[in-house]
Amino acid sequence: MSARTTLRALPTLLRVGFAEAVAYRAEMLIWVLSTTMPLVNMVLWMAVAREAPVGRFSEADFVGYFLATFAIRQLATSWAAWLINWEVKQGTLAMRLLRPISPLWAYGLDSVANFPLRLVVAVPVILLSVALVGAKAVPQHAWQWGFFVLSLVGGWAIAFLANVAIGALCFFLESSERVLEVWLVLFFVCSGYMYPVELLPPTLRTLIDWLPFRYQIGLPVEMLTGAHGWDAAVRLLMAQWAWVAGLAVVAGVAWKQGVKRFAAFGG
Amino acid sequence: MLKRYLKLLGIQLKASGLLSLQYRADFFTEGVTSLFWTFTALAPLFVVYGERPNLEGWSFHEALLVVGWFTLLQGILEGAINPSLTGVVEHIRKGTLDFVLLKPADAQFLVSTQRFQPWRAFNVLTGVGLFIYAFSSMGRWPSVPGLLASVLLLGTSTLLLYSLWILTVSAAFFVVRVDNLTYLFSSIFDFARWPSNVFQGVGRGVLMLVFTYVIPLSLMTTFPAEAMLGRLPPQALVGAVVGAGLFAWGSRQVWLRSISRYTSASS
Repeated sequence: MSARTTLRALPTLLRVGFAEAVAYRAEMLIWVLSTTMPLVNMVLWMAVAREAPVGRFSEADFVGYFLATFAIRQLATSWAAWLINWEVKQGTLAMRLLRPISPLWAYGLDSVANFPLRLVVAVPVILLSVALVGAKAVPQHAWQWGFFVLSLVGGWAIAFLANVAIGALCFFLESSERVLEVWLVLFFVCSGYMYPVELLPPTLRTLIDWLPFRYQIGLPVEMLTGAHGWDAAVRLLMAQWAWVAGLAVVAGVAWKQGVKRFAAFGG
Repeated sequence: MLKRYLKLLGIQLKASGLLSLQYRADFFTEGVTSLFWTFTALAPLFVVYGERPNLEGWSFHEALLVVGWFTLLQGILEGAINPSLTGVVEHIRKGTLDFVLLKPADAQFLVSTQRFQPWRAFNVLTGVGLFIYAFSSMGRWPSVPGLLASVLLLGTSTLLLYSLWILTVSAAFFVVRVDNLTYLFSSIFDFARWPSNVFQGVGRGVLMLVFTYVIPLSLMTTFPAEAMLGRLPPQALVGAVVGAGLFAWGSRQVWLRSISRYTSASS
């Protein structure tokens, strides 16, 4: 499992992943349609802000915020936990373990290979947001664009690594789908997915700053809508990448320990 | 004829009842996850009503009733409707639907009664708990006719929910990989968390029309909540019953057409 074998296999894995994504494009369309929750919340908050703005958010700001949330959800997402659970249950993970590359690469690249198709959904939504809200729906300066891309990559990494860590739990429990459900609930409530985090009371906000959820969706959204100045942005990005590093360690250890316990039929 | 079907229903119920008694620990995990999901339904409510005491004529406690109905229906959906109809999707994918179609009973009846998850009924309890809390905070109780109307509406809501599910499942005959049709459906159902009046200010009321007549979500949660509050006009009640009947008939037609188009696994 040397670094060179892995590196050599990357382009092929990406190509296969992309071909699969294209083959199952109908399924992806359903997935896109099933992430309409930001749109529910957009309509709701527009109604709330109709008479007077909420915090710094006017009706138009909410449109910008939630369209950005919708777009980012398409990009910074991962289903690895679900996939790992399924493959462990079916025993098909054994097939992957026989290959000279860690299955984690396969899961990760599968998700990365989806990116071009996901962009096909996300970019028009952002363009729509620009059309509705005006130029302030996207960053104004080059550095803000840079920070946005960085935060988006970080957000995806958090989603993926957390998924691997939760997925690896199914080696110890019979199935970690319940744990995933708890994670999802916390994610919905704490990530800025249902409402901008800044609308919460200050104590809750401090707590959320320490949790990983906000850095998955909320931070990229805030970066895209230009909510932070340079200083605050740098501080938040550092917190985000600290979580990425921490989760990478947790996911790596959980996976290694878990695979040792894995015993598929015939294995 | 009817007697035969009732007997069949009894058998199917008994089978899945016994099955669920095997997994008694599920009772507690269902309870905990049900409370968790109620929490996600409530979180935005707290944030919204932290900003405004009143939203489009709905106070916090009145909106709580809508969430209560949402939770209750979710229990019915996940306990009685989802499990068996997810089974259809599985049948279609594996090609085993042929066996169901060959049986000498109505296919829709067979597939919709094949599996129940009684522990999911925990959501129903959570919903009732929300009603009691909301009414005791308001310091009044629903009138008897109001309560009767809401029970009647519970019937129509369940019928609507079931018909919507039949429509979604019919889509499974046309899309190939459909594991996540469930998610699509529950994301549409998400809109029902809120009193439908909330949406009247957006898009010149188009959204409200859609949720009343096209995807009748407001009939499912807003109407029963209004009935409990004693402010649902009688003609709306009649409209709900007639509408639900028509909707069920329409979905039955779609199902029959999908079945006739279905080419079995071997052909």
